Amino acid sequence: MEPITTHTGVGVPLKQSNVDTDQIIPAVYLKRITKTGFEDALFSSWRKNPDFVLNQPVYKHGSVLVAGSDFGTGSSREHAVWALKDYGFRAVISSRFADIFYGNSAKQGLLAAKVAQPDVELIWKELENNPGTEITVDLVNRTVRCGSVDTTFEIDNYTRWRLLEGLDDISLTLREESSVEAFEATRPGFKPKTLPAKV
Amino acid sequence: MANTPLTLPEKVWRDHVVVPGKESDGQRSPDLLYIDLHLVHEVTSPQAFEGLRLAGRPVRRPDLTIATEDHNTPTLEIDKPIADPISRKQVDTLRANAEEFGVRIHSLGDADQGIVHVVGPQLGLTQPGMTVVCGDSHTSTHGAFGALAMGIGTSEVEHVLATQTLPLKPFKTMAITVNGSLRPGVSSKDIILAVIAEIGTGGGQGYVLEYRGSAIEELSMDARMTICNMSIEAGARAGMIAPDATTYEFIKGRPHAPQGEDWDAAIEYWDSLRTDDGAVFDAEVILDADTLDPFVTWGTNPGQGVSLNGAVPAPTDFTDDVARESAERALTYMDLQPGTRMKDIRVDTVFLGSCTNSRMEDLRAAAEIIAGRDKDPDVRMIVVPGSAKVRLQAEAEGLDKIFKEFGAEWRFAGCSMCLGMNPDQLAPGERCASTSNRNFEGRQGKGGRTHLVSPVVAAATAIRGTLSAPADILVPA
Repeated sequence: MEPITTHTGVGVPLKQSNVDTDQIIPAVYLKRITKTGFEDALFSSWRKNPDFVLNQPVYKHGSVLVAGSDFGTGSSREHAVWALKDYGFRAVISSRFADIFYGNSAKQGLLAAKVAQPDVELIWKELENNPGTEITVDLVNRTVRCGSVDTTFEIDNYTRWRLLEGLDDISLTLREESSVEAFEATRPGFKPKTLPAKV
Repeated sequence: MANTPLTLPEKVWRDHVVVPGKESDGQRSPDLLYIDLHLVHEVTSPQAFEGLRLAGRPVRRPDLTIATEDHNTPTLEIDKPIADPISRKQVDTLRANAEEFGVRIHSLGDADQGIVHVVGPQLGLTQPGMTVVCGDSHTSTHGAFGALAMGIGTSEVEHVLATQTLPLKPFKTMAITVNGSLRPGVSSKDIILAVIAEIGTGGGQGYVLEYRGSAIEELSMDARMTICNMSIEAGARAGMIAPDATTYEFIKGRPHAPQGEDWDAAIEYWDSLRTDDGAVFDAEVILDADTLDPFVTWGTNPGQGVSLNGAVPAPTDFTDDVARESAERALTYMDLQPGTRMKDIRVDTVFLGSCTNSRMEDLRAAAEIIAGRDKDPDVRMIVVPGSAKVRLQAEAEGLDKIFKEFGAEWRFAGCSMCLGMNPDQLAPGERCASTSNRNFEGRQGKGGRTHLVSPVVAAATAIRGTLSAPADILVPA
């Protein structure tokens, strides 16, 4: 994973709460077996509407999505994060993220910045007044700047550290191999095993 | 402190910590938890197996891993090759990965194939006190057994395949206490729809829910699974119910249930998992089952629900700006007018299936209502059993005949129209009463309109053609 410190790019206002993963990427696109090439799938249903925000030329190359609360609810599909990244988004701002989406973002280096709802609304206003305004999301200082709006965002220390360092969870865990083996030795014998198969 | 009273979720968590998180700056890094069971399906696993292959890593514990095909499989003509080449390739990829990495798989046509969350409990692999994960948000289903079960993303699928562990931040706990008893015609689906309407789609974020109280204790395992299944629709990654005699009765004798001395040891452990007296939850919600009506959604998220005896709300009913805008948008999408009685809403399709409501009890309850009655001729009804075994059992009981005589389509097992990945989809504008779990825009097919309902409401609706309660049918003409 590429380390992230700070990102600056055009902010895209998505003034809607409860943007679920079926909207971010409909299930028909989940048949692919690759991890990339999902840019066409992002918000594919909404993008058919010419008025949708991403169809406005000024936002076409946006890279910071500013959404309503409860972004990423629903399915566990990591494809939602892949699609956002493939399209060009590097950060998503919302006052609240669904747990699984939030975790998936951290695994893929998509910065999910939790910003208080009143500040999200100030950013929306700024973007409405000056479409095309760039937003800077600074992970080192946990700040978001957009025009006259200068605020902070919430992120836990561990996720921030992993993103700053670009660390891969599996390598980190494999360092704990001896602890995993010691734990396995204590597992009760009645716990089920899938093999050999019994039917 | 050893004697601090603990909740069920906290006990299961405690018993799976491999490496505890470390404190720094007043924050704690995640605990590394051991995973007892990893369920795998074709949609969220190909990129995870590819990751293993690229890194040269094996599956650490194939004996704690099991795969089946469900999301992307057809429910008709399953003996023929899958018609859509992209779907076929994804299913073939799972089969090849299972073979390469030594993972047990139940493929289309196998008696143990089916929706992953129906298959695990059916085989007796889901047991109390376990940690269960799957690359599917409805993994919360398995919490009905007192397991800590949650959906994970594909990176986490790869992590569990490689290490059999997962770094997780501890959750807060929320008690959902449902007192009293359900009235006839009201089911566990109505409880969970009412809970989500109460706390909202984000209300459970960061929590594990524990459902408790007399109405929960009275439920069968099938009904408990329906409730835990939809915990994620309230934003909670996991929902749990304390194991009891009903749980043990369900597990006993299943293929992977403990036997002999193991059974006794298991029961002793399982009994110890119940929430201690005096344990404190971080939050509590209380619901009264005695006064609960059948519930149905009117909008485009599972929190937008009302009593079936109620009416479509007006956006102005909501004081919160966000909720009002969300309601406006939902009513436009759903093509509904405020004030319309829910029971006046006509549907085109009834879908009985999904990991929420496709088990034997669901099929029996629906069959009992439609038996000897006629389907509204303008309504199509699709019945998709949760697993091949459920289908076989239903056929042994003659339920398939009841559905077919009624005019419903009797399909093979899979996720089907719940998410419309396979050919089972709604057409634009088509309105559906669905026993599934998500009424999102386009979820069941582009432009499709979904009302979430219980199996008995689905059955009654198929008879009358408008959203209906079982009581509307049973009243003598």
